[in-house]
Amino acid sequence: MTRATIDGNEAAASVAYRLNEVCCIYPITPSSPMAELADEWSSRHRTNVWGTVPKVVEMQSEAGAAGALHGALQGGSLSTTFTASQGLLLMIPNMYKIAGELTSAVMHVAARSLATQGLSIFGDHSDVMAVRQTGFAMLAAASVQECHDLSLVAQAATMSTRVPFVHFFDGFRTSHELNTIHMLDDDDLRALVPESLVRAHRARGMSPERPFIRGTSQNPDVYFQARETVNPFYARVPAAVQDAMDLLGERTGRAMRLVDYHGHPEADRVMVIMGSGGETVRETVAALTARDERVGVAQVRLYRPFPTRALLDAVPTSVRRIAVLDRTKEPGSIGEPLFLDVVTALTEAYQDGERELPRTSGGRYGLSSKEFTPGMVAGVFDELALERPRRRFTIGINDDVSGTSLSYDAAMDIEPPDSVRAIFYGLGADGTVGANKNTIKILGAEENLHAQGYFVYDSKKSGSQTVSHLRFGPRAIQAPYLVQHASFIGCHQFSLLRQVNVLERAAHGATLLLNCRQAPEQVWDALPRPVQEQIISKQISLYAIDASQIARDAGMTGRINVVLQTCFFAISGVLPRHEAIVKIKAAIEKSYRRRGAEVVERNHAAVDATLAGLHQIMVPEQATSVVELPPPVPAHAPEFVRTVTAEMMAGRGDLLPVSALPVDGSYPSGTTQYEKRNVSELVAVWDPDSCIQCGNCSFVCPHSVIRSRYYEPAQLAGAPAAFASAPLVAPGLPDRRYTLQVYVEDCTGCGLCVDACPIVTPDDRKAINLDPGAPRIADERENIAFFESLPATDRTRVDFGTVRGTQFLEPLFEFSGACAGCGETPYVKLLSQLFGDRLTVANATGCSSIYGGNLPTTPWTSDAEGRGPAWSNSLFEDNAEFGLGLRLAADGQTALARRRLTELRDAAGTDLVDAILSAPQLRESELREQRGRVAELMRRLAGLDGPVVTDLLSVVEHLVRRSVWIVGGDGWAYDIGSGGLDHVLATGCNVNVLVLDTEVYSNTGGQMSKSTPLGAVAKFAAAGKTTGKKDIALQAIAYGNVYVARVAMGSDPQQTLSAFREAEAYDGPSLVLAYSHCIAHGIEMKLGLDQQSRAVDSGYWPLIRYNPVLRAAGGNPFLLDSPRPRLPLADYTNRELRYRALANSDPAEAERLHGLAQLAVDQRWEVYEEMATRGAHRFTPDARKDR
Amino acid sequence: MDLTTHYLGLTLRNPLVASASPLSQTVDGVRRLADAGLGAVVLYSLLEEQVRRESEQNARLVDAGTESFAESLSYFPSETEQEPGPRRYLSLLERSVAAVDIPVIASLNGVTPGGWADYAVAMQGAGAAALELNIYYLPGDRHIPGREVEQRHVDVLARVKDVVSIPVAVKLSPFFSSTGEMAVRLDEGGADGLVLFNRFLQPDIDTETLTAVPSVGLSSPVDARLPRTWISLLYGRVSASLAATTGVESATDVAAYLLAGADVVMSASALLRHGPEHAAVLLDGLAEWAARKGFGSLDEVRGRLAVPVSADETAHERARYVSALQGANTGVYGPW
Repeated sequence: MTRATIDGNEAAASVAYRLNEVCCIYPITPSSPMAELADEWSSRHRTNVWGTVPKVVEMQSEAGAAGALHGALQGGSLSTTFTASQGLLLMIPNMYKIAGELTSAVMHVAARSLATQGLSIFGDHSDVMAVRQTGFAMLAAASVQECHDLSLVAQAATMSTRVPFVHFFDGFRTSHELNTIHMLDDDDLRALVPESLVRAHRARGMSPERPFIRGTSQNPDVYFQARETVNPFYARVPAAVQDAMDLLGERTGRAMRLVDYHGHPEADRVMVIMGSGGETVRETVAALTARDERVGVAQVRLYRPFPTRALLDAVPTSVRRIAVLDRTKEPGSIGEPLFLDVVTALTEAYQDGERELPRTSGGRYGLSSKEFTPGMVAGVFDELALERPRRRFTIGINDDVSGTSLSYDAAMDIEPPDSVRAIFYGLGADGTVGANKNTIKILGAEENLHAQGYFVYDSKKSGSQTVSHLRFGPRAIQAPYLVQHASFIGCHQFSLLRQVNVLERAAHGATLLLNCRQAPEQVWDALPRPVQEQIISKQISLYAIDASQIARDAGMTGRINVVLQTCFFAISGVLPRHEAIVKIKAAIEKSYRRRGAEVVERNHAAVDATLAGLHQIMVPEQATSVVELPPPVPAHAPEFVRTVTAEMMAGRGDLLPVSALPVDGSYPSGTTQYEKRNVSELVAVWDPDSCIQCGNCSFVCPHSVIRSRYYEPAQLAGAPAAFASAPLVAPGLPDRRYTLQVYVEDCTGCGLCVDACPIVTPDDRKAINLDPGAPRIADERENIAFFESLPATDRTRVDFGTVRGTQFLEPLFEFSGACAGCGETPYVKLLSQLFGDRLTVANATGCSSIYGGNLPTTPWTSDAEGRGPAWSNSLFEDNAEFGLGLRLAADGQTALARRRLTELRDAAGTDLVDAILSAPQLRESELREQRGRVAELMRRLAGLDGPVVTDLLSVVEHLVRRSVWIVGGDGWAYDIGSGGLDHVLATGCNVNVLVLDTEVYSNTGGQMSKSTPLGAVAKFAAAGKTTGKKDIALQAIAYGNVYVARVAMGSDPQQTLSAFREAEAYDGPSLVLAYSHCIAHGIEMKLGLDQQSRAVDSGYWPLIRYNPVLRAAGGNPFLLDSPRPRLPLADYTNRELRYRALANSDPAEAERLHGLAQLAVDQRWEVYEEMATRGAHRFTPDARKDR
Repeated sequence: MDLTTHYLGLTLRNPLVASASPLSQTVDGVRRLADAGLGAVVLYSLLEEQVRRESEQNARLVDAGTESFAESLSYFPSETEQEPGPRRYLSLLERSVAAVDIPVIASLNGVTPGGWADYAVAMQGAGAAALELNIYYLPGDRHIPGREVEQRHVDVLARVKDVVSIPVAVKLSPFFSSTGEMAVRLDEGGADGLVLFNRFLQPDIDTETLTAVPSVGLSSPVDARLPRTWISLLYGRVSASLAATTGVESATDVAAYLLAGADVVMSASALLRHGPEHAAVLLDGLAEWAARKGFGSLDEVRGRLAVPVSADETAHERARYVSALQGANTGVYGPW
């Protein structure tokens, strides 16, 4: 039998793909890899077990995928889908249909939390529990091996019973855990899913040759009875599933039951649980029974139809106490679903006189991948041992509000001593995770070894930290929780020692491998004191290596992962050293052979040089360091940031009690300013002498780290010595000074500013350059403090119409965790600069909601007056509608305010009231004046009373015009939210839509959207996209009353600025499509702006503005802002891997698609040019009233 | 008039060959060249360094940002970086061979010994009618002894000849101390053809932006003199075919090369400047000229003005040199 070390997603997809003919897919974390694998296999013409290449089709949403699934099933094909969380919820309507029609199908779900008070991508059963009523049978896998096996069992059972199945497993914990499993071969699959059943399914499909009507409308006379017809089918499911399990067991030796019991045969305390947590309970039960505790666990695999008989048979009659653990929360219920099912089953058995009724408690655990450890399991059993265990409880948190939580021993360790447990701390960019995955594959391939790997990632996309948890041992590893007591700790970045407690999980006597630049004799002194103290107290062996130097010497600058991987093999003893080195080299050969012999040789040289560079460091008996760990946030941070946010930042969020957290998901904004991440060695440095103060660098900076202010020379008094200043270059403002301040600790070193700078000095530098940041930090901290003490620029004195002017507008979106050099965030920042103090943002789920709203720290912030963007993320699919709702609410409250104000006209002063009601509020100066009037009004209202006054005060802020923006990516605008966006634009309401168009689903890893261009490679379009990008600009223009702009900041920042301002000022719906270069394009990110220029210069991305206001004035509303194409399309596309990839993998197809793409560019340009020259009367009329 | 020509042992319908240029970067481009009447097409050069650099860059770009954020552990389909190497070129070659009925010659610019051999074999496998070795060395290197450069040419040729059975031509640099001896050594080393000459990157200087601009400008007829001189000197003295390249703008230039002794005449600049259809102008012009001059076949033209095999080449060249100087001194270029 073939062994493989794979993750849960691949384990499930491997079977699902081989047993289906159609896969209807849509990306959603953490299930996306299943769909991606299916798509890749299909594009490589891999067949299923019956010789067919499954058809994989990406839909516009999970609702679409479910619809297509339903259709494919009704057409008689074996069909599947993969999903999670909100995606599963979108499938619910079709799930009722598919089940109601008794249709054989399996949906594979990487179970994930639902968006409630906040979104979470991590694992629990909230989503699957929301479909338990649909009529789908539900099968829960607890491990990677079970993902594989139960995928087959589910398919076998659905074929024989006609009841459709949800096969689910824990998102991330199982879907992303690497583990060594035994693979099922095609014969196993065919044995459990005989072709006769496939043909029977096919025969039930719709056919004009044997017509029937399915999907009738039924009336009160028969609907009820018809609903009851299916009962026998459900009654047969448990036996069918067990039969399939038995057959699988016969073929593989892996026995499973619907409900498996493990533990003491006469247990007095038993836990009932589903999913990966069952593995932890099982292992803990084994440890506890070895200590003569009478405990056991019933692991539920089949959840729907609920296997009452199997449960009763599994749970010993000796049991007196039961705890049922649910990985979900159902607020307001009497108990969570599994608990209620178990109680009902036991009660009925008691009522039937079958057994005594044990006392049953219901507990919640593990929401959003919260750790569930042996200590927690023991804590629950301890509770059950009490005379009156709590009826309801939580485990794993500190609930100091409702008192639900149980205490437990966090240090409990049940892991076998013969296993190696290792934790590696690294950065996303240093290849640590990749090397560890490679290590797992190497060791997992050893006949007598099992390997497990689980990886914890950062909430930021730039400079992100990673933690790898690896286990190796002679037996199968069933420990679905983080390594708690590691025998080996690898710290791959020295700087992490100051940010994370890397030795927290080190076992006594463990080994610490440190990558550092210091010479061996200087390593000890460089360690922070708390690290030294832990090394001494835990008697840790310390090894050090300068991996960067070794990599550099081998010609692999920056590639430290091979060096550190070699160190692990050399020190950990998991394999004999010589043997380990041979295997590493073989793995390198395999990985890099295609990149050429030279690359392989360089890697081999690095391996050879490693052992010589590895030094054991002598550990003295006393800690000697004077280096202390810096506090996570400064002392002046607000209390919430100091007590809550800082704990999350320091990796101690798990310890926060319930009382520390907001009850409704509302968090203070502007917290990224307290998190100085110092992610880049190189930072932007301003050269005041050569700078012409154009503002380009500030305009394009994705991370808002470049700020400008001008001020009176006298205000320089008291400036730090290193504070840079230059005479202001601005007509009408003589004798002023100018400073461009770089927030060096927040700079990601992306280089966009350097690219945007128009200056080239004689020594070939720019007016802003990337230089080492470390030597500047101390000075710049002082400079920034002084800079912030300078008065903020008066917004009424800023020329909003020029890029030069906008640099003086304070960004209210700063220091986000977006990728270094992100192409989206400069637009978002601009939005905040122009309209931030009266801005409401509806943000679609995606990159912008993650860098915009992912805890612990968030970038949307407020100005000195306390005003700033109000931001919210509802969902992915509903963002346009959500934003429209915000507009409707604002309009309603504005109308109320105006009505109440009119009623108070005499009391509040007619001049003031009339001025407020008639204020145009288009320009910043007008808005400032209106703010002044409203402030005056409030002063006057303070002297009045009565219900009208009170009412007016509750809405008075609406008298200043609000700016409602609907922001999202192309996955939302072109696909899942397309219908809603179209509808919202068609309402004519005054909403502004900003589409950050990266032409793929960036946040989930680069899947194709309908914005993806012809010929580009993306996930789900591995063979190149064969349809062109949808032109939603023309679609919107067709309405006649929508302001539409297509912009590219890197090509024409001035046009971008004009478009934003016109869109906002336009009293109707606006749509701004913003070219956003992206890491998923396969470009050098520092050249992102240059690529934007090429996109425009080649005619691929024509800059346009369609302004209905111009039409009303008799002019042509369609402005073609970019010149005729002056580059062949290839000069743009050849610089992006997404296009080059196809030219490499399928040159003929690339040539064909490229030819068509050039044609499409030429044709579109002709259309646009014609539009730009036609008469205004030939455009759709604008039907807005009162324009 | 029958323009049938033999080059590298191949039979061509006429002596006009499209040399390596952007025109042959797509199958459509190659088809256009064939349709325009050319006798053969040399594909653009496969640069080993470029293939390798692109492969490394692709690998880096595929890795960028991966394994950093839980939702996007990668950004490209998993096999994206797995296709480095000359696949794109070989596919173009294969499809071009299938698309046209004239010989398609592959051009190779290698770096490593393994690269030359592996790519040559792959090109033969993809259906190349012959190979043209574009042995580029950096003339700016101040440390490579001349003899080493020469030996490198001979070694590369030997390595490729060892592994392929199709004809192999060598595209030569004009910058040898003794170009003639080099040509003879390559001839003796088994070269089936010599292509005279390669044009090297000669960066221009932009005085406005104060930058060096990498460029290879299009050639003009005056550039034809050097290769024509050497062809006339090598004609009849080597058994390898002789291909003339550089400076072919009109039929007259084609005729001049043939008169000097070229077996085939290659053009890139004129075809780029006027489009592939310019080939017909050249060929019609050649036929018209030959008819006007009373030549019955190209054999009567070829080598007619070569330095006679019996002549003393050095004396012959010196006589021409002296004559040219005298011309210059008597006001051919002036007064200004």
